[in-house]
Amino acid sequence: MNPFSSGTRLRDMIRAIRACKTAAEERAVVRKECADIRALINEDDPHDRHRNLAKLMFIHMLGYPTHFGQMECLKLIASPGFPEKRIGYLGLMLLLDERQEVLMLVTNSLKQDLNHSNQYVVGLALCALGNICSAEMARDLAPEVERLIQFRDPNIRKKAALCSTRIVRKVPDLAENFVNAAASLLKEKHHGVLITGVQLCYELCLINDEALEYFRKKCTEGVIKTLRDITNSAYQPEYDVAGITDPFLHIRLLRLLRVLGQGDADASDLMTDILAQVATKTESNKNAGNAVLYECVETIMAIEDTSSLRVLAINILGRFLSNRDNNIRYVALNMLMKAITFDDQAVQRHRVTILECVKDPDASIRKRALELVTLLVNENNVTQLTKELIDYLEISDEDFKEDLSAKICFIVEKFSPEKLWYIDQMLKVLCEAGKFVKDDVWHALIVVISNASELHGYTVRALYKAVLIYSEQETLVRVAVWCIGEYGDLLVNNVGMLGIEDPITVTESDAVDVIEDAITRHNSDSTTKAMALVALLKLSSRFPSISERIKDIIVKQKGSILLEMQQRAIEYNSIVDRHKNIRSSLVERMPVLDEATFNVRRAGSFPASASTGAKPSVSLPNGFEKPAVAPLVDLLDLDSDDILAAPSSSGADFLQDLLGVDLGSSSSQSGATQGPKAGTDLLLDILSIGTPSPAQNSASSIDFLSTADINNNTSNALDTLSSPVPPQIATTASTGMFDLLDGLSPSPSKEATNGPAYPSIVAYESSSLKIEFTFSKPPENPQTTNVQATFINLSPNTFTDFIFQAAVPKFLQLHLDPASSNTLPASGNGNITQNLKVTNSQHGKKSLVMRMRIGYKLDGKDVLEEGQVSNFPRGL
Amino acid sequence: LTVLSKEKTKHFGFGCERREGIISGRFFCYRFVYVVSYETMIHFVLLVSRQGKVRLTKWYSPYAQKERSKVIRELSGVILNRGPKLCNFVEWRGYKVVYKRYASLYFCMCIDQEDNELEVLEIIHHYVEILDRYFGSVCELDLIFNFHKAYYILDELLIAGELQESSKKTVARIISAQDQLVEVAKEEASSISNIIAQATK
Repeated sequence: MNPFSSGTRLRDMIRAIRACKTAAEERAVVRKECADIRALINEDDPHDRHRNLAKLMFIHMLGYPTHFGQMECLKLIASPGFPEKRIGYLGLMLLLDERQEVLMLVTNSLKQDLNHSNQYVVGLALCALGNICSAEMARDLAPEVERLIQFRDPNIRKKAALCSTRIVRKVPDLAENFVNAAASLLKEKHHGVLITGVQLCYELCLINDEALEYFRKKCTEGVIKTLRDITNSAYQPEYDVAGITDPFLHIRLLRLLRVLGQGDADASDLMTDILAQVATKTESNKNAGNAVLYECVETIMAIEDTSSLRVLAINILGRFLSNRDNNIRYVALNMLMKAITFDDQAVQRHRVTILECVKDPDASIRKRALELVTLLVNENNVTQLTKELIDYLEISDEDFKEDLSAKICFIVEKFSPEKLWYIDQMLKVLCEAGKFVKDDVWHALIVVISNASELHGYTVRALYKAVLIYSEQETLVRVAVWCIGEYGDLLVNNVGMLGIEDPITVTESDAVDVIEDAITRHNSDSTTKAMALVALLKLSSRFPSISERIKDIIVKQKGSILLEMQQRAIEYNSIVDRHKNIRSSLVERMPVLDEATFNVRRAGSFPASASTGAKPSVSLPNGFEKPAVAPLVDLLDLDSDDILAAPSSSGADFLQDLLGVDLGSSSSQSGATQGPKAGTDLLLDILSIGTPSPAQNSASSIDFLSTADINNNTSNALDTLSSPVPPQIATTASTGMFDLLDGLSPSPSKEATNGPAYPSIVAYESSSLKIEFTFSKPPENPQTTNVQATFINLSPNTFTDFIFQAAVPKFLQLHLDPASSNTLPASGNGNITQNLKVTNSQHGKKSLVMRMRIGYKLDGKDVLEEGQVSNFPRGL
Repeated sequence: LTVLSKEKTKHFGFGCERREGIISGRFFCYRFVYVVSYETMIHFVLLVSRQGKVRLTKWYSPYAQKERSKVIRELSGVILNRGPKLCNFVEWRGYKVVYKRYASLYFCMCIDQEDNELEVLEIIHHYVEILDRYFGSVCELDLIFNFHKAYYILDELLIAGELQESSKKTVARIISAQDQLVEVAKEEASSISNIIAQATK
């Protein structure tokens, strides 16, 4: 090395770093070296530069910051000697990438080097440009590169060709400049140049349709000829890989033919022969041959229909699939997924082999095979395939169960021939992989169970048996708890036995044992516990003989650390204790859940992968999130449609409904229409049992909904009447209701909501007019706010032709419903209500604002009032 | 489906920084500048030792420094833990990583879902054979102490994530010609410094 240089040599530094025993030691060595290098950089001694940079590259590879060396690269590149340039370019490619500003400084050096007299210097510049050039550099240097494609030395031609592929990727507008040069490369004999030339043509075809047309017309035959020559060529040691002459060139030619043939019958026709030849003649005992075959199959499947070739391709894939090499099987599975679109039958023939692949020890193969199986399932083979998959689920690895169970659920839901089968299969999945099942899947199961009334008995018994064995599968426990709560009597009395069942004896206390186990087990999560609590309440009515025991269990939950559980326990205890007369009607069976609305809603929430974000999560005063009710609400809230509040409800109606549930209900079946609408909340669920006769329908649904509100607001009213009771409800609602709810304060808002509650505001007040806004949010869409505007006339004269208009900024969307009337009686003797729906696209960032204009006629004169509302509650 | 596979390379992204967020199975981030982004075949090459030490990295698609270390950590975790008789492909973040173990070194290349995995395996082998020829039965230590040589060879094999040369002989010839140039320059430098040394004695 240079006798004048100071500092350690590269080799010594690497040794020193390798000798380090701990990470701390290594850091110390690197720190010292970096300090030395910085010092040397400051001295600006050209002799040490390339060695410093080499060291920096090594340090960079270890993951330490080396940005201070970037300028050194530029200096080295600008120096005249080849060794300096070589290391400089290497450093440039390693330490910088296309997004760094520093890179722009190198454009000029690159330009000079592209015109350098030494071809190796030109090669270095092309290589660097090809690996890291940015769009601007590509634009600046494209003419140089274009010229170099025709350079005399093949080494430069091939580098220039690949460099051009990068340039046209970065700046597709430049594509047409390269078309002619690229076409000339296809006539080359030198393999390196040919490979890169074919690559460039392929790239141009993808980017530019005109280029594609040009190559299709002018070059298709040439490419086919080249491929034929290479396929038939004699042994060439330089290019031979396992008996194939230049598989790389083969593959690129086939790939170019693919884009040329795709969508063009004539071109496809031309290449049929050679593709058939490659497909039949290529040796398939080594990886190189298989790589060529694989590419060939892909081309055959992409070009225009030549069915005989496709048979050939499918056969090759069949051979691949039965190959013992895992790699080959992997690519076969991959390709069969594409093949399935045009020849389902042929792929179905390999079903058994593919199913075997699902059980492969190799995770990559399993994953591919599972995807393929999902595509293979249809109505005819679903039972058999599901059985195979479920059998495998029992023995598969834990980490594969999640994927596998998700796919099984998908298949079962999509193709299930009948409900009994569906329920059976889902139970099996829940038993084996209940931990991994997503919420929407078991919600769907409950909806199906609820709809299959003739299977209720069977399902609850099957679940009971299953949960005794697989009590650690969370979702199984949830479904079981729900079913036992709903259909506990069917379990105990063996109602609705199917022929396939063995009779079992379950006592009432056995059933309660299961629920008690679920609620007391320490690893049950809050949703399960909450569901268990509801089930207990229901069972207390179904099993009167042991209601004392059930009560004890409920009472224990008063001490739960979950606020939600405490609160429910207190409420339920009160129902069990003091309201025996209405209890049985309160906890009647859930009305049948509506499948159609559930599916619509589920489809809507799918992109969000059934996230919990859609659920209303109410933050409680003590900082406790309200986790327990949210999933339940989600479960029961199967209808996201808002029920419009008719302003004519009164507390008396409500009470009548609540207490007269039995009287009002004609039959439990008629609840089917009412149920899903009302099933918006936990408490509501209890209250909605009283299925009112259709005549009462509208009034009662509103009343239920106002109780729903109560439920949402209970959070801040655990056992006191602390929250302010708005006058209109306090006066109208009967005390009986408060008694029932043990001092829970009702919410002021009357409209349908189960989202978080917001305080009402006075949006506008003038001497003659007052406008109040009350808010609610549909739980599944936090961006939307439903605003109910109430207009009150403070003047002694009646307003006629009353029109309310509102305007919002661009980030909001406003939808106005018609007003309840256009005449506003004088002196507050009545009001007009109007519903507004505001969607805030910047929800969470910006709050609502609204400008409004109110027009009306007062004594025949037009009056116009304007105002701006900016006192909306936060978080809307 | 055929149309899809054609369009695969035509992803119009804004800028190129990769981030976790799937747009048609690919990871793209939207940055300030509007750039049309076409995919290279090989996104990066990675050599890691059995102990998880990085021996060579080459990035053909832009990854920020932080992401690079994250990618390396993640991938070496996945690949080093795979058993011996499994296939050589790992699906990772919507890409495929083709890897092959040679003695104590894992050679990994990251490609798109649609690319030919078997060919990439062949490219890895091609590279290893050239290294072997150049160093004379290459071992990990050769690559540690002469890491820059390994890079030079890789640069003669791949540009812009695409294969450049299928002949091992040609690569060897071009590399040795360039080494020759360096030797000549070095000799000149040392003879000059000798003259200076003697003159200043």
